Parts: sequence; C-alpha cells; structure tokens
Amino acid sequence: MAFSPKHLLGIEHLSPTDITAILDLAETYVDLNRKEQKQGGALAGMTQVNMFFENSTRTQASFELAGKRLGADVLNLAMGASSIKKGETLIDTAMTLNAMNPDMLVVRHPHSGAVDLLSQKVKCAVLNAGDGRHEHPTQALLDALTIRRAKGRIHRLNIAICGDIAHSRVARSNIFLLNKMENRIRLVGPQTLMPSGIDKFGVEVYDDMNEGLKDVDVVMMLRLQRERMDGAFIPSEREYYYRWGLTREKLANAKDDAIVMHPGPMNRGVEIDGDIADDINRSVIQEQVEMGVAVRMAAMDLLAQGLRARRREAVSV
Amino acid sequence: MRILFENARIIDPEAGTDTLGAALIEQGKLAGIYTGNPNLDFTPDQTIDCQGKCLAPGIIDIGVKIGEPGERHKESFRSAGTAAACGGVTTMVIRPDTEPAIDSPETLQFVYRRAVSDAAVKVLPMAALTKGRNGTEMAEISFLQDAGAVAFTDCDHVVQDNKVFARCLTYAKGLNALVIAHPQEPMFSRGACATSGALATKLGLPAVSPMAERMQLARDLALVEMTGARVHFDQLSCDAGLQVLQRAKENGLPVTAGASIHHLTLNEMDIEGYPTFFKVKPPLRNETDRVALVQAVASGLIDIISSMHTPQDEESKRLPFEEAASGAVALETLLPAAMQLVHGEYMDMPTLWRALSLNPAKLLGLDTGRMAIGAPADLVLFDPDKPFVLDRTELHSKSKNTPYDGRRMQGRVMRTFVAGTEVYCG
Repeated sequence: MAFSPKHLLGIEHLSPTDITAILDLAETYVDLNRKEQKQGGALAGMTQVNMFFENSTRTQASFELAGKRLGADVLNLAMGASSIKKGETLIDTAMTLNAMNPDMLVVRHPHSGAVDLLSQKVKCAVLNAGDGRHEHPTQALLDALTIRRAKGRIHRLNIAICGDIAHSRVARSNIFLLNKMENRIRLVGPQTLMPSGIDKFGVEVYDDMNEGLKDVDVVMMLRLQRERMDGAFIPSEREYYYRWGLTREKLANAKDDAIVMHPGPMNRGVEIDGDIADDINRSVIQEQVEMGVAVRMAAMDLLAQGLRARRREAVSV
Repeated sequence: MRILFENARIIDPEAGTDTLGAALIEQGKLAGIYTGNPNLDFTPDQTIDCQGKCLAPGIIDIGVKIGEPGERHKESFRSAGTAAACGGVTTMVIRPDTEPAIDSPETLQFVYRRAVSDAAVKVLPMAALTKGRNGTEMAEISFLQDAGAVAFTDCDHVVQDNKVFARCLTYAKGLNALVIAHPQEPMFSRGACATSGALATKLGLPAVSPMAERMQLARDLALVEMTGARVHFDQLSCDAGLQVLQRAKENGLPVTAGASIHHLTLNEMDIEGYPTFFKVKPPLRNETDRVALVQAVASGLIDIISSMHTPQDEESKRLPFEEAASGAVALETLLPAAMQLVHGEYMDMPTLWRALSLNPAKLLGLDTGRMAIGAPADLVLFDPDKPFVLDRTELHSKSKNTPYDGRRMQGRVMRTFVAGTEVYCG
C-alpha cells in the first residue's frame, strides 16, 4: 500500500498519488453504501471517538456512519458540554481519552493547529474533521470525488471557489488539493473575505462574480461564516446576495454543464439561490453528502491499515 | 579589594573600540583601563586571565517581566536574578504588568524590597502609567518616581483614550519622567497572533498587518510633538515602523526605540507547525522586516535591544496557538542570540554593546553601562565564539519557554560581576 499515514491532518502534505489512492478506495465504498447490506469490516474491533469541540450535525453524523459501517465501536463526545467547560485543557482531555485506548480519534476544533497539537500527544490515528480556519481534509476529498464522478476527471478543470475564503478551512484544503491535481483555481468574493497573501497560493482572484464564473466547469460555493466574523466584513446580507450570491444569471457565465457545489449547511438566499441548490441538473450538493460518508470510510480504512501495520512492526521488533 | 582583568578584549561601546588590554576594579568601581598589559606598582588581590575573551559592560535589560507579585510560580526575583547573572545581565529593569500591576508607591516599595533581598543583580522597577494599566486614570507618577520608578509604562496595554494619554505625557513632561509606549494599534491587532501574509493564511491563524505598528507610532508621535514628553517605544519590529521612527528622530523629537532579541533573530517562518514558544507580542515578522530591524540597530536608529523576558509556565503554552500565552524567556539567551548579529557581520561588538548597555544606561540616566573610570564595575566576561546547543531544561528561569530550545548557538558568559562582586562563574 503506497499511502500509509499515521494521521490525516490536512491535504497540504499529501501527494497526488495519495489523493488518488483515497479516492479510488472511496469509490468502492460508494458502491457498498448503496447496497442494503452496508457492513465492511475494515475497522472491526476498533474504537473510534468523535471529539467535536465545535457544533456539527452533518460532519459528525457522516463520521459516525462511516465508522459504524466499517464495524468500529463509535463514541460521540459533545465536547462543548463537558470537561473543557470545567477548565480541562485540550491536552489533558486527549491524554485521558488516550488512556482508554481508542484506535481512531476524529477531532474538530475551533482553533487552527489544535488537531496537530493533539495528534502529537496520543498513540492512535487522528483524523482532522476541521481545525479553525486551517484545514478540513475530508471535505476537500469528498469534493474531489464528487467532481471526479461528475466530470470524469479531477485535473485540468476550471474551478471557481466563491465567497468567504478568509474564514474557510474548506477553501484552504480545496486550494491545496485542486492545485496538486493541476486544476485552474479562481477565487471569487469581496476583498474583505480574501485572506492576505492568497495570491501566492497559485490562484486567480476575482471581485466580480460574473467574470469569475466565466467558462468554469465547477462552481464551489462557500457558506458565509457569520459566527467567525468579528466585525465589518460585508455591509449586509442582501448586498452580499446581490453581488456574490449564486443566481441563475450569474451561473449562466459558467459552462453549460458546470456543476454547483456547497459544503453545507447552506444559507439559502444569502450565498446561493434555493432554486439552484435544488436543481438536480446543476447541483451536486446531495451527492457531496453521499460522497462524504464514502471518503471518510476510505480515509479511516487507510489509517486503520497503517495502524495495524505499525502495531505489527512494533511487535516484531 | 582590587581585581585585575588581564588579557581581555575590552569592548568599549562609548569609544566604539574593541582592543586587547586590561581593566582594574577597586572597591566596586572601574579604577583603570589599559591597552596591553599594565605595569602596576602594587599586586592586585585577584588577577583574572581573560585569555583574550571579551570584557564588556554588563547588559542593562529594559522590560524584564518577573512574576512578583502574582505569578511567582512563573518567575521569582531569585530565579530571574540567577538567570540574569548567567546571561551577563547586570541590571534588570522590570515591568509593571504584574498581578496586581505595580501602580502605587506601596506596591513598588514591596517589589523593590523583594528584589533587593533576592536578586543577584541590580533591579530597577518601572511603574504603570495608569492605575491598573486600565488606560483611564493616571498613576501617581511623582510618588512613584520618589519611590524609585525609573520609567512609566502600561506595557502591552496601549492607552487608547487620546485625551488620557496626552495628559499622562504632559504630566510626565513636567516631572521629566520617561514614558515607555507599546506601538501596536490595539483595535486593529485585536485577536491576532501572527503577521498577516501567505504563511498566516496557510496556517489559518488570525493575523495583523505590520501597519498596526505604524498607526500607533503615528498617534504617539503626534502627542510627543504636542507635549514634548520623553517617550521610548518598547519594541519596533517592522520596516513600516522604522521609517516613521526615522522621520521622527530627524525632526528632533525626544524619542528612542527598542527591539526585542526575538524579532532580531527569528522570523515568522518559525511558527510553521504552531510551536507556541514562538508566540510573542508583536508577532514575529517576515525576513525583510527582521533584516531591516537588524540594520536599524547597526545604524543606531534602534537604540536598545532587550530580552522582553516573559516567563510563561508549561500550562499556558501547551495550548492551541491562538489560545496560548505570548512571550518568551530570554535573560540567559540574550547574549548568545545577540552574538548572531556579530557573527553574521551585521555589526561589530562595540555597536552591539551600545544597544545592550550604553544606550539603556543613557536612557535611564544610569552611571553604568560603560567602560569608564569611576563607573560601577558591572561587567561581563564572555567567550563570543563558544558553541553550544541550548537545552531549555538547563535554564535558570522557573519558566523554560524559550524559542531557542535545541538550537545551535555561539557565545557564552564566563563570569559576571555586579559592582565588583562576582555573581556568576561558568
């Protein structure tokens, strides 16, 4: 097996072959997930703990289902309500869990780098389910799988990522992944939501959405992250919708067969017209959710294989 | 008691010389400085063969944080004093950003008593400019001056109310008190823990443009121009700020500025991987800014270098980068880190020592910090070339939060003297 990482913390350090390996394996899980008998055994006997320090419904459900379908015992910890509130540090929480011998930790945290920090302190495999504004690797992988299935390839495409780039870990992971796979990336949005130095990431930046969407194959919308904003980034949601909300008129600039994506949850009528989101000819938003489970199964399968291999080595030494 | 240092490379920052010679100390003061070997008509009580190593005035470090009162588990006068002695720092000018803040003569006297009884080196206290460092009510500047405060600063709490700050400066001017300002626009830099740019964007860290420094400098300088008060800026860190400072100095404003050893020797690339020991305030800048800052020290635009010694315990650093406390300990690493500037050929030894001892002494009106006959014998003997790998567990500070852990460094203190008394021998 070519790809045998200890953790999956981000896309930044993956190679194109690693990415392809995950996507290929995920394809098999897409098929499995569509069957009535959905059980795989890759994580049989293993314990998976989901630690979400930020509220999440869909990502947590997706990881939980992925783990259960692979045969793991899955434990969901709602961290917002527990020890952190009592003053325990992230590392102490991690060490406590580590002592219970889990095999897989799935972690989401509001601060960038927190999952890296945690991974240095535990023995099991750590999967980053989103850290601050840093990375959200499984989202980028599921987006890639969705694109590959819709377009037949994941290279040499024109892809526009639109909206709140500054606060988005999804955007960062996607920029890394799509660049590694040799696509042309455009970022579209107000200058206040473009992080500084973004021009050094191999992207083209557009303020005007009509120009930005011209002839693209894929339109990736991002959620306007109102909870991460600490001040004046945009004057109002209606002005934002007028200039950067995805409407039929703006979408008409893209290629006729362009697909529309959104990581969810959507603010209908803010960044995307409800009508487009529901258009089965253009929107692949529901498919993204489906691919999410498959990609997470693939990622955990590979991490489990790595974990088993390392344990065998440890025993033989 | 007469001690002769022979065979020493005497670093004289005032004369700008670096010559082989000897120095004599008598009753705690420098009594003679000689080129080559002196012919004395008496036998000194002690003769130290310096083996051609450097003998320089002890470092005067403005802006040292001690955990007393309030956070003695992080650093006490005893531990900081030992660390200072090992690092060749003979005077610690301590910060008032304690818990509670040093903002009343009573607190200052308490702190001063503790310092005198526990610290191996000299300690000079600074006091808060406003009560509780809250930026609303002026502290008792005159009483505090009488109690021994050498400067007034709210440290990293910038006095945001222009009217309050203007009055503080006007009042300080009447007393000829030195005010130390922190040039970072607080609203603009709110929540930031990195310098904005591609790296901070990649790491996903909230970041601030170095322009925050220029903005605050501009306001402070306007008020200096209006009031005529003496103001020292604790830390400049970027080219944008240096340009403004340069113009202010050319216009004859009574301002001086410092730089921290961390901003002179590290850059933002060091925060890749989120190591919290590199989290300092202001955040580390890019390499262009670092080089500009080093050149400003060489040219004299930046007057002083300080350690900005800020002890933090493991608990406050073992956190995600955004949540972790800022600051680094540096009393012991200041000298070896500063040697990089000499070894990198950015400046010669007397120029470096101008920023480490002479200028701080001038700024505070002290008689130390120079190789002058009659000056107190606060001296450091060090080997500028001695290589070593820094192990943070060997530091004498109670807190071990140094960014130089595991780094190869060059330059070690051999002996430190305060008023002629040896306080460290390595």
